[in-house]
Amino acid sequence: MGRKFFLRPFGILFALSWTTLAADTGSVLIRNVTIHPVTSGEIANGSVLVLDGKIAEIGTKVGARAGARVVDCHGLHLYPGLINAATNVGLSEISAVRDTVDLDEIGTYNPELRAEVAFNPSSEHVEVTRASGITSVVSLPGSGSRGPRRGAGGGTLISGQGAVMHLDGWTWEGMAVKRGAVMDLLFPQIQAAPRQFAALAGGPVRTFADEEKQYRIELQNLHEFFEAARRYEKAKSARSTDFRPDIRLEAMILVIGGKMPVFIRAERERMIRDAVEFAGREQIKVIIADPKEIGSTGALLKEKNIPVVLSNTLQLPMRDDDPYDAPYTLPNEFYKAGVKFCFGTFDVQFARNVPFEAAQAAAFGLPREEALKAVTVNSAEILGVADQIGSIEKGKLGDLILTDGDPLEAKTSIKRMFIAGREVPLSSRHTREYEKWMNRP
Amino acid sequence: MTIRRALISLTAITAAAFNARAEAILIRNATVLTVTKGTVQNGNLLIQDGKIAAIGKDISGPSDATVVDATGKFLMPGIIDCHSHTAIEGGVNEGTVSDSSMVSVEDVIDPTDINIYRGLAGGLTVSNVLHGSANAIGGQTEVIKLRWGKSAKELAFEGAKPGIKFALGENPKRQGQPQQGLFNQGAQDRRYPGTRMGVEEVIRQSFTEAKNYQANWKDYEARVARGEHPIPPRKDLRLEPLVEVLENKRYVHAHCYRSDEILMLLRVADEMGFKIRTLQHVLEGYKVAKEIAAHGAGASTFSDWWSYKAEAYDATPYNAAIMARKGVTVSLNSDSDELQRHLNLEAAKTMRYGGLSETEALAMVTVNPAKQLGIEDKVGSIEVGKSADLVLFDQHPLSNYSKALKVWIDGHEYFDRDKDLETRPKLQDEKKKLLEKEDAERPNGIRDRTRPTARGLDAGEESN
Repeated sequence: MGRKFFLRPFGILFALSWTTLAADTGSVLIRNVTIHPVTSGEIANGSVLVLDGKIAEIGTKVGARAGARVVDCHGLHLYPGLINAATNVGLSEISAVRDTVDLDEIGTYNPELRAEVAFNPSSEHVEVTRASGITSVVSLPGSGSRGPRRGAGGGTLISGQGAVMHLDGWTWEGMAVKRGAVMDLLFPQIQAAPRQFAALAGGPVRTFADEEKQYRIELQNLHEFFEAARRYEKAKSARSTDFRPDIRLEAMILVIGGKMPVFIRAERERMIRDAVEFAGREQIKVIIADPKEIGSTGALLKEKNIPVVLSNTLQLPMRDDDPYDAPYTLPNEFYKAGVKFCFGTFDVQFARNVPFEAAQAAAFGLPREEALKAVTVNSAEILGVADQIGSIEKGKLGDLILTDGDPLEAKTSIKRMFIAGREVPLSSRHTREYEKWMNRP
Repeated sequence: MTIRRALISLTAITAAAFNARAEAILIRNATVLTVTKGTVQNGNLLIQDGKIAAIGKDISGPSDATVVDATGKFLMPGIIDCHSHTAIEGGVNEGTVSDSSMVSVEDVIDPTDINIYRGLAGGLTVSNVLHGSANAIGGQTEVIKLRWGKSAKELAFEGAKPGIKFALGENPKRQGQPQQGLFNQGAQDRRYPGTRMGVEEVIRQSFTEAKNYQANWKDYEARVARGEHPIPPRKDLRLEPLVEVLENKRYVHAHCYRSDEILMLLRVADEMGFKIRTLQHVLEGYKVAKEIAAHGAGASTFSDWWSYKAEAYDATPYNAAIMARKGVTVSLNSDSDELQRHLNLEAAKTMRYGGLSETEALAMVTVNPAKQLGIEDKVGSIEVGKSADLVLFDQHPLSNYSKALKVWIDGHEYFDRDKDLETRPKLQDEKKKLLEKEDAERPNGIRDRTRPTARGLDAGEESN
């Protein structure tokens, strides 16, 4: 009985040989499904036609086309591929084994570093993550770890540029949906470590006042780095004879011009406030990342039209006396404040669980359709890729998933997946182990 | 003890017993997920004297019973976590020695740990609180009920067999590698073992000593019984718990990852004549499920953790399903103050990864861990006569959209979401007043925000 049970889900996967995959041009007609476009109402018994990777037609009367294979999926649901807006997928394989991790380069400001060039297309995390219905992730060059301070300047603040990556492809070049999507900045923080830690590390006990002073210095240094970039740009455009190219400052030009959003990791209310003020002063485009509380920043973020990438809903409250459900209700707080937000997991291991983070928010007040948007269309809009992905709309890429139910539910099975209209297998290291060891005599 | 003092304590005990006696509660019209006896639609459940007294469609209670209208809601057994470090005060590892069987978690339970309440709010009612994994043979464990508000002693699960933590693989050998320990100590501070071979040796050595110790005591007792007056063997607090393991009076809960080390432990146990009660984490258990089942060990694993270290790279979320299909009693554990708050959602993942049924999935966090801890006669399912450890969910607990509304332990309500919500403004107000008072009492009005919290030291410690 066990064997029969386990073989069933693999039937489809076996049918997808590598030769079929290679020949797939990205043209497909998916018929007889309930379409959930996200940006418009549900369509029962609908069809979606994808031609050369892009969605060409959606509706109840879509005819077959020459060159587009027909996939009939009666009873299944069609959703846009999900997006995880903050991960380290491709850059970290086994987190405790340093040789397999390419995060957190040495140096305080590394804006010229690009995540996509170190994205390992053969990372096992690619297949594992997409098996949960996730077709795109943002890969960030920083882990977000504040770690030990390195010198007076603190640890890494700008770790480089994050890229939106498709979870399918032969090379990182082919997988990149958008390079330089965000500049990853760990906002300085007042690190008021408990005294025991200082004692354990053998360092001096630092008071709040000491730490605050340090914070001001770090902010000032950060500001001066932005100033240096502005002077660099001026020198460059003036074609000054003593101008020397510097790829670090060169990389900041898009940032200071407000073209590349800065992904500012700011956890506490005060940091969010300071980050918004900083962004205003530097006149940069900003996304607030990984906030753990909203405090009174909701109106400010709404007024400045600053979006937010939320981290895990399923986490512990920050303080012992916070309500037990504080992280669960946080997304709804942002929603009620009118702030646009989406979800990321800020890791690799649990990148596949981003749909469950969204669902947990819905369990605690966020409307379900908003939870779905926060892993699809909102993510795409915040990342500047809504012209390509995030919903089932004509002209967008055919990033689609077929499911037997709501993709935010763990009990739902993700049955099939298309990335730019090409069907990709949902097998992974994990299903292969399953297959192999269930059959151990 | 004088009669007077005895009377006073007797009165105190009676009063306590009276206060502790649970009222009758009738939960009406719920979808009752019994786990072991199917689902009762529109079912009523009567709690009397802390026990489940009756379940059915037409059950009624005494006239003074508190009635809970559960229309449209789902009732399931209290969730049980077979691997927790919640409520341990201070560090979880006595990492200075390779065999720390003399220390006990029971001595360091902090009943005021807020994570007890947070666990309750996710439907958790029982936790197997374990020592960390820094040593091949770790400390003694304690099974607790999450009776928030009670003393450390009152948290103990009455009659649950005590346990001991073992650990294999990377964690116990880490202290044996230079620059790898908790505090990045140098080579001079290395602690044996530094390899998996050494881990095996530590266990073998300790049990060899324990058997010798046990024989010496048996010999001594036999001689005493014969009327001789021998000198007793020297008491050894490290070997005592291991003798209890040999005599099946103490369960072994062994942290492990790779299939080789799992098999190694089963073989050492077979040879020494004791049983491994549960294999913890056991991420490669799917490779040796047959051997685990043959030994009779349970497996307590994660739903989907993987890749966080080398020995977790061959993990698969299908692990629970494979082991279950191959005859192993499997539970899903948390090992985390966070994860313990939603073990029902972890269970739901086994439906995706391996196609388990709803009942099989729920069993992973209820009756299966109860079996593993030897407490299934008291908890783990909704059956008449079992303790009234129950959770009421607003939706099916295997849905990611569900949340716990009420939790009972022994028929006492320990969590109620509405009451929690009601209390919040009062707590906010109290906090504000306390902070104002603190500010007023400081001469210069400056508050030192860098003072450590009670849990400050726990934050950096990894135990998985």
